Amino acid sequence: MESDTLKSRTGDQLATELRAIVGTDAVLTDTEALRPFECDGLTAYRELPLMVVLPASISQVQAVMKACSRRQTPVVTRGAGTGLSGGALPISDGVLLSLTRMNKILDIDAQARTACVEPGVTNLAISEAVRHLGLYYAPDPSSQIACSIGGNVAENSGGVHCLKYGLTVHNVLQLRVVTVDGQLMTVGSEALDSPGLDLLALMTGSEGMLGVVVEVLVKLLPIPPVAQVVMAAFDQIERAGEAVAAIIGAGILPAGLEMMDRYAIQAVEDFVHAGYPTDAAAILLCELDGTAEEVADQIESVENLLVTQGATGTWVARDAETRNRFWSGRKAAFPAVGRISPDYYCIDGTIPRRELGKVLLRTAELSKEFGLRVANVFHAGDGNLHPLILYDANNKGELEKTEELGNRILELCVEVGGTVTGEHGVGVEKLRPMCLQFEDSVLEQFHGLKAALDPNTLLNPGKAVPTLARCAEFGAMHVHRGQLPHSDLERF
Amino acid sequence: MYTGGNCHTVISRDSDLNGNDLKDELIGAVESAFQASENLHIQGSGSKSFYGNPVTGSTLDISGHTGITSYEPSELVITARAGTQLSEITSVLAESQQILGFEPPLFGENATLGGTIACGLSGSRRPFAGSARDFVLGINCINGKGEYLTFGGQVIKNVAGYDVSRLMVGALGVLGVICEVSLKVLPQPQVEMTRVLELNEAAAHAEMVRLARLPLPLSGMSFYGGLLRVRLSGTENGIRAAESEIGGEVDHEGEAYWFNLKEHQLNFFKRNQSLWRLSVAATAPVNKMDGDCLLDWGGALRWIYTDNTPDSIFAFARRLGGHATLFKVDTDWPQGRFSELEEPAKSIHSRIKSAFDPKDILNSGALYTYC
Repeated sequence: MESDTLKSRTGDQLATELRAIVGTDAVLTDTEALRPFECDGLTAYRELPLMVVLPASISQVQAVMKACSRRQTPVVTRGAGTGLSGGALPISDGVLLSLTRMNKILDIDAQARTACVEPGVTNLAISEAVRHLGLYYAPDPSSQIACSIGGNVAENSGGVHCLKYGLTVHNVLQLRVVTVDGQLMTVGSEALDSPGLDLLALMTGSEGMLGVVVEVLVKLLPIPPVAQVVMAAFDQIERAGEAVAAIIGAGILPAGLEMMDRYAIQAVEDFVHAGYPTDAAAILLCELDGTAEEVADQIESVENLLVTQGATGTWVARDAETRNRFWSGRKAAFPAVGRISPDYYCIDGTIPRRELGKVLLRTAELSKEFGLRVANVFHAGDGNLHPLILYDANNKGELEKTEELGNRILELCVEVGGTVTGEHGVGVEKLRPMCLQFEDSVLEQFHGLKAALDPNTLLNPGKAVPTLARCAEFGAMHVHRGQLPHSDLERF
Repeated sequence: MYTGGNCHTVISRDSDLNGNDLKDELIGAVESAFQASENLHIQGSGSKSFYGNPVTGSTLDISGHTGITSYEPSELVITARAGTQLSEITSVLAESQQILGFEPPLFGENATLGGTIACGLSGSRRPFAGSARDFVLGINCINGKGEYLTFGGQVIKNVAGYDVSRLMVGALGVLGVICEVSLKVLPQPQVEMTRVLELNEAAAHAEMVRLARLPLPLSGMSFYGGLLRVRLSGTENGIRAAESEIGGEVDHEGEAYWFNLKEHQLNFFKRNQSLWRLSVAATAPVNKMDGDCLLDWGGALRWIYTDNTPDSIFAFARRLGGHATLFKVDTDWPQGRFSELEEPAKSIHSRIKSAFDPKDILNSGALYTYC
């Protein structure tokens, strides 16, 4: 009780100070007003912050950070809250810094092919604002309609076009970052490189642990005049994997290359009627873009390769309508699986593509062992696998089993030379598998790096990189299955 | 087990090609230097020893730590030890019709992979395909305490942990001794062609900016001596279609031009004067400084010989939205070859350096006195 009173008094003082900076309406402290901020896209983890602060300018962010730093109050930065790993999960004695009010496009330079935007601008809004200039912003995470560019930088977001166009880190030129003590720093530049250490690369994907991104200069690309999709069906999933290798081995770099297994195809087809062959063991969607001549050359090569690799059928979408229909199925894969199962849990491992057959086989064995169905959706071009574990949270013990199966699949990804997260980030969700992937010395180096920018661990504490003590704790829990942290909480 | 289809070479860790693993020796050398607080000067073949601020200390030679440890063309990833010669890597890639997308300069036939990544330099393809750091997927290194650390990996999409691999690129070895590097590679373009146009500098610059806005298969744009050269890479029909948009004539010496530009073997580079490298906004005005200038990267990279003072050149580059590097010096030059940093970046650089190399023994002063 005493500590609660103390916390409340400290909170009141801080709220008063912050209201003087950002205005009365931009500091939320009532439980009901805080409720929408209690979680991000990973709804299994919820926590109410001490308060939510909504600054509207860089100078306000600086003043807020100075105040929090002086009081040693932790700060969690939040963009649109669409993240899938709990990176924006609030801390009960900390400030949640929401950047949604900083949502202006500040400048578009068509000559330089750049846009300078505030962090709260959505990913899609950038492309929409420059479409009339024949330009677009390439990274396209599936949440692009809602997710913010600041969040994209924090997570180094990808999308279906990564193989050819890269991740956020490849498409951002400059960031303005507010440090934990409220200083403003520019990293990167209008040029293609910068003097000193590549802090732009370090900041990108750092999950809000090293600074607050308050302005982003993105690179824009000319819109490819033509994009076409080939769909191919296979009667064995290994053959589909070999076809992917054959396409890339033939020197073709598709704009998108996606694979779905039988279970996912059937779920999708029942849901959106994309015209997928429901008797196939796997389908591939291969998108090629560029000038009309380039695409014509490559479509022909790809179709021939797919047939040579044993495709039981191929379909080319030459018009936008068919192309959109083919993609509609892939894009609806998660909700489609959500329709056929009360709950599902999405895994985000990346593997070297050559290990696909092995990983799918082992996943199928694990699925049988755990008695839980798994549908597979795969960014085949870049090796990012999204097994969706189907379960029913109402069945006693199924949650824990699902989580354990997820961890076993991620273990497998690490074992074959991959990684525990391809694009969703570590957040709070993957702290345990991080212990599997990295040795203690590397985790210690990560903590040393964080301390160089945030010596008192005030920025998003407890996320992204597990402490060694935490790893030891997880190790013990690994032995005693079912005793996982937050086992009382719902997981999807 | 799925092994990547037909006609793909797999080189596994167990069957290195002429490789030589000196990892333990290198760890031992850094550990001893750490204990004795002795400065180390990391060196590959020495092909780029002219680059960066002068370093003193015992030489830590990584050129014997060699071998391609993993390469599968269909994965678009190659992993090799830092002492492996770049020429070996490019020739192994060429056998499978693949290339290093950032077109790294060698500056010497024995140039190593480690030196290439530590310097982080990229050739003419950079604005269109990406830089050295863009292609790095993973780095194993030894920090200043002698700890062998593994960052990133061999997969294209990977957001686990801070991106230390890319932080190491261009860091000139001040954070760690690079021991092994994994790179994303690209398919070799089916066809390449260079067009050449006679234009003055201002018109050529405007044309480069205009072309960069169009969806063309560009892979190089450079201007010097009244000639704009534009390289196209792609499929045969794709290049044919782009030709008319570019205009000019086919440059039959195009391939040699791009090679000599990358390796600084054009006549432009053959003079006894300090060479400045200005990396600026591609759209920044040209012809604003006394001296002789060659444009690469569609105008974003400017090689300049000038008699202006270093301070004025650094200030000039800043006004153009970028930075300057005293790339090659004709006389003994003290510290200060890179544009100076401002606070708080300066302090952060210093603290990051301490986090990796607390006794400041690795290539001390190569970037800055404080990093």
